[in-house]
Amino acid sequence: MIFPSLIGSAFQALRANALRTFLTMLGMMIGVAAVILMLAIGEGAKAMVNQAIESMGSNLFIILSGASTSGGARVAVGSRPTLTYDDAQAIRKLPLVREAAPVVPGSAQIVYGNVNWSTSVFGVTPEYLTVRNWEIESGGFFTESEVRSGARVAVIGRVVARELFGDEDPVGKIIRIKRSPFQVIGVLSEKGQSLDGRDQDDTVMVPLTSAQQKLFGTPFPGAVRFIMAQGESERVMDAAEENITSLLRMRHRIGKGEENDFTVRNLAASAQAQAMATNVMSYLLGAIAAVSLLVGGIGIMNIMLVSVTERTREIGIRMAIGARRSDILWQFLIEALTVSVMGCLIGIILGVGGALLVEKMAGLTVVVSVSSLMMATGVALAVGLFFGFYPARRAAGLDPIEALRTQ
Amino acid sequence: MIKTTGLAKDYVTGAGAFHALRGVDVSIDPGEFVAVMGPSGSGKSTFMNLLGCLDKPSAGHYHLAGRAVSEMRPDELAAVRNKLIGFVFQGFNLLPRLSVLDNVALPMLYAGAGHAKRRARAQALLKRVSLDGKTHQMPNQLSGGQQQRVAIARALVNQPQLILADEPTGNLDSETSHEVMNLFTELNRDEGITLVLVTHEMDIAAFARRRIRFLDGKVVEDTGVAA
Ligand SMILES: Nc1ncnc2c1ncn2[C@@H]1O[C@H](COP(=O)(O)OP(=O)(O)OP(=O)(O)O)[C@@H](O)[C@H]1O
Ligand SMILES: [Mg+2]
Repeated sequence: MIFPSLIGSAFQALRANALRTFLTMLGMMIGVAAVILMLAIGEGAKAMVNQAIESMGSNLFIILSGASTSGGARVAVGSRPTLTYDDAQAIRKLPLVREAAPVVPGSAQIVYGNVNWSTSVFGVTPEYLTVRNWEIESGGFFTESEVRSGARVAVIGRVVARELFGDEDPVGKIIRIKRSPFQVIGVLSEKGQSLDGRDQDDTVMVPLTSAQQKLFGTPFPGAVRFIMAQGESERVMDAAEENITSLLRMRHRIGKGEENDFTVRNLAASAQAQAMATNVMSYLLGAIAAVSLLVGGIGIMNIMLVSVTERTREIGIRMAIGARRSDILWQFLIEALTVSVMGCLIGIILGVGGALLVEKMAGLTVVVSVSSLMMATGVALAVGLFFGFYPARRAAGLDPIEALRTQ
Repeated sequence: MIKTTGLAKDYVTGAGAFHALRGVDVSIDPGEFVAVMGPSGSGKSTFMNLLGCLDKPSAGHYHLAGRAVSEMRPDELAAVRNKLIGFVFQGFNLLPRLSVLDNVALPMLYAGAGHAKRRARAQALLKRVSLDGKTHQMPNQLSGGQQQRVAIARALVNQPQLILADEPTGNLDSETSHEVMNLFTELNRDEGITLVLVTHEMDIAAFARRRIRFLDGKVVEDTGVAA
């Protein structure tokens, strides 16, 4: 029952020195804001990676032509692309691989009526949809036999549908891709941004063979730029990668000790690596948070010590009329806690505001979770308790008569 | 109520020990009204602080309401100061940031009383000292006499058996002094509260029924209870 009045008198004491109280809270405010921001950016990066991995399709490998370098794949100038449609078919048959899809990508100008739009065009097989975990929104997708016959059909992404057709239903219409007529047979469902920020809905898919022969003519029949393969499960990804590698080495007749002429990359792993870059930023914020909380805490301790000295006589009077040592201890501890919690609340507001600003200005995904708010509050309470304890104990340890004599 | 035997207090300063009290034997019964007198520096305040459990003697014994004060733990001493004793100081010692009402109610807070009870009792006591119009003023908005009456109300709020007043009229003019003394007399007569009061002035001491005179840390005169 003494606590409500203690909180009341804490506010009273703090209001009496409003400016000082505010300055004392600054460290706390900055610290908490940095904690919130740090966690929001960290969580946001994690969420973004998860979402991107999910939209990419799960347990994916991308197999590229050329030997690996640190950055990615390199293809020696003039050398032929090494991966083929048959490689993809062989990979499909591996037991640890659920599905594999060869891809011939390119970009092209699409024309419908008098509207034109330039976009990326992918020559694929029906497996591509499975691997990418992609759905058809309306119409259908081309079949195995349409791939074999090189049919002039296309399935378009949402953005292309909107840009070319507006409110019109695209299914059944004829579009021109690099001047060749293709019939639209389906529209893909919405997919959103990929991890590198590309709009995945700004795309057109055509049968692999049509892309090879009619759009991006290649001197090497059957060659594909890359193959996307899906492992059976997350647990077998490493084994699957090994199987794909040894299969391709065998098919490409690469001798012992010779370099691969292809590169197998686990997409989830590289997405996570990319997310680490964002994490560096949140570690930096974490360091700022730790320093400001420490400085804030020391500031609270400093001000509380000053306050105890200034109010020695008040403490003496309180003791003379019956305050126990614990009453005095709590009075000053609650004052310190009030400062830190108020600083924390303002810090939360600043942190959440900052997170929204970062989201808007830097285009990063941020996630302010309830647990991060609770953690920030917990840290603030701990700092207040830790740094408020020593001054409070000093107040409680005063000798009543000495305290009363102080002017 | 009060029994001291060989009570002594030394102040250790840079120049060595100063013997402020040198063996004081005083016994005060419940319901007495005692004036403590003596020249400046004779040890009156030192004695009062010991009686009020604010300070510890260097030697001797002090029994308060039958209990040895030297054996009490800090929390027990706090409880004694809170409930058994009411202190009235020369300088009033009100808390400047609390309203008159909150000042009076503060000892009840430390006694653990609830909000409503504290308010009601503090109101009643302010009425008792004729300050019920001033409950929400701050102490510095009151005259000295009014502040001292607030301090008396605060001393009374937990219904103490003993009131210790160290020069309570020292800062007041003679008219206000007499008002305050009339209040003390009433409390002693009507409620049987034991009163020990330090004063320099004869007319103030005349309100008491017994006088103890200090000189150089010793009791040099004790009138005993006047008939
Ligand atoms: N904290 C202290 N340290 C050292 N000496 C002290 C201390 N307090 C009091 N004294 C000394 O003890 C003696 C008694 O002081 P005390 O305050 O009891 O006197 P008093 O009788 O109340 O005087 P007054 O009438 O002026 O209030 C004085 O000589 C004083 O100098
Ligand atoms: Mg004195």
